[in-house]
Amino acid sequence: MTNNLIVAPAPHVQARQSTRSIMRDVLLALLPALAVSVWVFGAKVLCVTALAVTSCVAFEYLIQRFLVRGPLTVNNLSAAVTGVLLAFNLPVTIPWWIVVIGALVAIGVAKMSFGGLGKNPFNPALVGRVFLLIAYPVQMTSFGTDAFTGATPLAAFKYAPVFAGAPLADLAVGRVAGSLGEVAALALLAGFAYLVVRRVASWHVPAVIFATMALFALCTALLRGWSGAALWQFPLFHLLAGGAMLGALFMATDYATSPMTVAGGVIYAAGIGVLTMCIRLWGAYPEGMSFAILIMNAVVPLIDKYVKPRRFGVKKQARR
Amino acid sequence: METLLITVLTLCSLGVLAALVLFFVARRFRVEEDPRIDEVERMLPGANCGGCGFAGCRGLADALVGRDDIAGLYCPVGGAECMKRVAAYLGKSAPEVEAQTATVRCGGTCAKRPHTNRFDGVRSCAVASALYAGETACAYGCLGYGDCVEVCAFDALRIDPETGLPVVDPERCTACGACVKACPRRIIELRKRWPRERAVYVACMSHDRGAAVMKACKAGCIGCGKCVKVCPFDAIVLENNLAYIDPLRCKLCRKCVNECPTGAIRLVNMEPLPRDPRPTPGEAPVRAPGGEGAAAPDAGKA
Amino acid sequence: MKTFPIGGIHPSDNKLSAGRAVEEMALPDTVTLPLAQHIGAPAIPRVAKGDRVLAGQLVAEGAGFMSANIHASVSGTVTAVDAIVNAQGLSQKAIVIRREGDEWAEGIDRSDAVVRECDLAPAEIVARIREAGIVGMGGATFPTHVKLAVPPGKRVEYLIINGVECEPYLTSDHRVMLERGEELLVGVAILRKALGVDRAWIGIENNKPDAVARLAELAERHAGIEIVPLRVKYPQGGEKQLIAAVTGREVPPPPALPIDVGAVVCNASTALAVYEAVQKRKPLVERVVTVTGKGLREPKNLRVRLGTPVSALIEAAGGMPEGDVKAINGGPMMGRAVVRPEAPVTKGCSGITILSGADAVRREASACIKCARCVAVCPMGLEPYLLSKRSRRKEWDIAEANDITSCIECGCCQATCPGYLPLLDWIRIGKQTVMGRIRARATANGPKK
Repeated sequence: MTNNLIVAPAPHVQARQSTRSIMRDVLLALLPALAVSVWVFGAKVLCVTALAVTSCVAFEYLIQRFLVRGPLTVNNLSAAVTGVLLAFNLPVTIPWWIVVIGALVAIGVAKMSFGGLGKNPFNPALVGRVFLLIAYPVQMTSFGTDAFTGATPLAAFKYAPVFAGAPLADLAVGRVAGSLGEVAALALLAGFAYLVVRRVASWHVPAVIFATMALFALCTALLRGWSGAALWQFPLFHLLAGGAMLGALFMATDYATSPMTVAGGVIYAAGIGVLTMCIRLWGAYPEGMSFAILIMNAVVPLIDKYVKPRRFGVKKQARR
Repeated sequence: METLLITVLTLCSLGVLAALVLFFVARRFRVEEDPRIDEVERMLPGANCGGCGFAGCRGLADALVGRDDIAGLYCPVGGAECMKRVAAYLGKSAPEVEAQTATVRCGGTCAKRPHTNRFDGVRSCAVASALYAGETACAYGCLGYGDCVEVCAFDALRIDPETGLPVVDPERCTACGACVKACPRRIIELRKRWPRERAVYVACMSHDRGAAVMKACKAGCIGCGKCVKVCPFDAIVLENNLAYIDPLRCKLCRKCVNECPTGAIRLVNMEPLPRDPRPTPGEAPVRAPGGEGAAAPDAGKA
Repeated sequence: MKTFPIGGIHPSDNKLSAGRAVEEMALPDTVTLPLAQHIGAPAIPRVAKGDRVLAGQLVAEGAGFMSANIHASVSGTVTAVDAIVNAQGLSQKAIVIRREGDEWAEGIDRSDAVVRECDLAPAEIVARIREAGIVGMGGATFPTHVKLAVPPGKRVEYLIINGVECEPYLTSDHRVMLERGEELLVGVAILRKALGVDRAWIGIENNKPDAVARLAELAERHAGIEIVPLRVKYPQGGEKQLIAAVTGREVPPPPALPIDVGAVVCNASTALAVYEAVQKRKPLVERVVTVTGKGLREPKNLRVRLGTPVSALIEAAGGMPEGDVKAINGGPMMGRAVVRPEAPVTKGCSGITILSGADAVRREASACIKCARCVAVCPMGLEPYLLSKRSRRKEWDIAEANDITSCIECGCCQATCPGYLPLLDWIRIGKQTVMGRIRARATANGPKK
């Protein structure tokens, strides 16, 4: 017989998308923001990103090869995604060795020590960023470049006595101080739209985060007795400024660290929105997105345990 | 100074409060238990293998203390010795159970049972068995994915990469029966454990007719019945095209081994009887066919 | 356009043989008729080796109510009533007939004339259906006369005919609806009468607009039959999904049955078989089978006598391709891979799908990345990633608490997993084990009450 009979249980159909193709799509989706970043901060952006990606991939390879000794997983590109996201969370002036330390924490501590892709409870890139923010606060918050000096819009707002309007147009296109990837709000949105079209990501989580943040900002503005343009400018400012876009679109939507159901995702996203605004308005840091996401990451197993999808045939019976 | 005082006081009162809560909760929900259960549990091996039929050693200890008649309860890991000690402690009579060991009743090695297809599903006997006959033409034989190895809590089973069949390490096997339950084909049987791990058994489970067996596997029982006729102890029954040697009747006389035309009757840790009163030189002491896997540990001991 | 409420996927439909009219398959030299071609007790043989039989003659009688009759599909001599090896390589009892000519038993009308009138009482209709050994021909093989025996206290409101054919590749129901639409509608009318319901709905996915149009045109002359075009989504042909799509009612979790929401579902090919059994006295001895696959030279739809070797069908479609192949009894989503292509076509075989090359082999599984696609596509609203993991770890209680018994084994989860994890392999084992445990509990608790 010239043929080789194969037997397996059904189904005999396999997905078109693979883990690798999904990660490749995410990398593609991050490209517009990278381009804007280069335009804003200069070519050094590419060096920081390349260094972050290389060290993430290298650490994953080394840990897989010599510590875990499992099958190699670097070619699924997830380490590269972590690398780009980590770079996007760093200021362009960051010393190279801090990038490497961040990559080690992200991959070694946050990802591989939990068993690798899919098993990490916290977003690796965010763990890396928060570690660096606490360990090297000065280097992590010096955004001074040739183009911009001084504080980020959020920091400026935090330490200003009153809300004096916001450079919304600049925020949208990214002509402000900040980390590499967080400045280009519109480019990030465009990238995410690509992911939604490719059915890699769903829009629920970011939409709820934005809605919660906007609502929270609006209520705050009303309570503070503001009126006029501030009522729409203030919420919009919070959506565009800082890490809101990057966090909501690309960090909160991370598969492994977000809930499995749509309903769970809504709870998780609302939590992120509220926590972010609380930290921004009353916390010690000007920006709270990273902390909010990490805190809600910790709640995800609980959400998955109690928020179940609607079982077929159950709701209608219960209503009766 | 004031801050310090407040802090210390707050923490102290919190501690006292927590202690009170714990104290009352512990009182309220306390479960009265026979202290002998703890003692018996300590006497059991503590493997929690479930071989006794309970979820763990505590379950067995509970039953041993609670029931008047403990004849049906047995810890295969601790064995008769352990049961005797427990029974003595409890003042009950210990059950008499013969020592047993797990036996793999399939001789269809890779060489003797050719593959006819490739299984592409999860490498689990349960999954493959629920779907179809398996990678060979024998619908009764070992699938070789090692569900038995996975459930063995004592590391007594491994799949021999050469034969594709599980091998039992009799030194480690406690006859807990986990593998017997895990095997979807019921190939593993707990059989009487002879001194020096000797054994005679039919290493085949096929109920197919002779012709079908021969087509599928060179080591299968074809149901010819020669062994039944030669057995002086009536220990062998032929049912549904398959011979079975009753381990409690068999006296290891080995007469059946030489009668078997396919070598389906497996001899472990024993020399076979001479094939003929006057054996032809060169052919003389033949090892049990298919005995590579099982006979190997014996070689080291001899 | 209507569809079911939760989950579902869109696999490439690959309906290669949709445009090919049904061809008559050459009569085989021998047929093998397994005694268990249905859910329930195997039939009891009523012939012995050496007997001469005519096509359409009863050769095995249903063993009790939950069973089905089996008829000779060719005329000839019974050469064996014995164990054979079935498509899964397992031993099974069957009647083997060597064909001699093509003579039919008396009373069977084999003409093409459509007989529309039916004056039989419901009980007589059911008796004829039972007599003819009709079972669900979509693959479930549930005896149709059992389905028509509505348990006391239950009321049928909906008769739904399943013309969805959501499995990729398969086109047999599609061709039956196109080519035998008039007979099919008479069959539906008969089923309606047997159940005592006024109206019937025929659900057809919208990727078969020709069948929708054809049946809608014919249905104008049949009062009370409505064609329901459905949005394309797998597994719409699942009984519960189809009921929900057509009626908006959801069958509660097991042990509830479709009848609990007042629905009875029959496959389109089954409706045709009902017509032939009741109006023409022709028992179920042949059916339309799609033989398809990208590696086949000529995918086609064949009218085949039951018991014909599957390998003969594959030969008729151009022969087995070389290299890695997987022959599937049914479609690629729920069909069973075949290990012996010499095994016979049975009542529930709606198609033979041949996957070859890379399609035949599973891609290497990697880790679960918790992408939640399996949860999103599960049409039963379950969490496949969780059920699979718990089943693999033998944590049956957790699997049971998470409704593993609701799983319909449609395969959406596994077919959408980007890590190519064998989700359903494990879930199936878990479901079987949990159902076994539930039964064991029921028998353990039973006598005490």
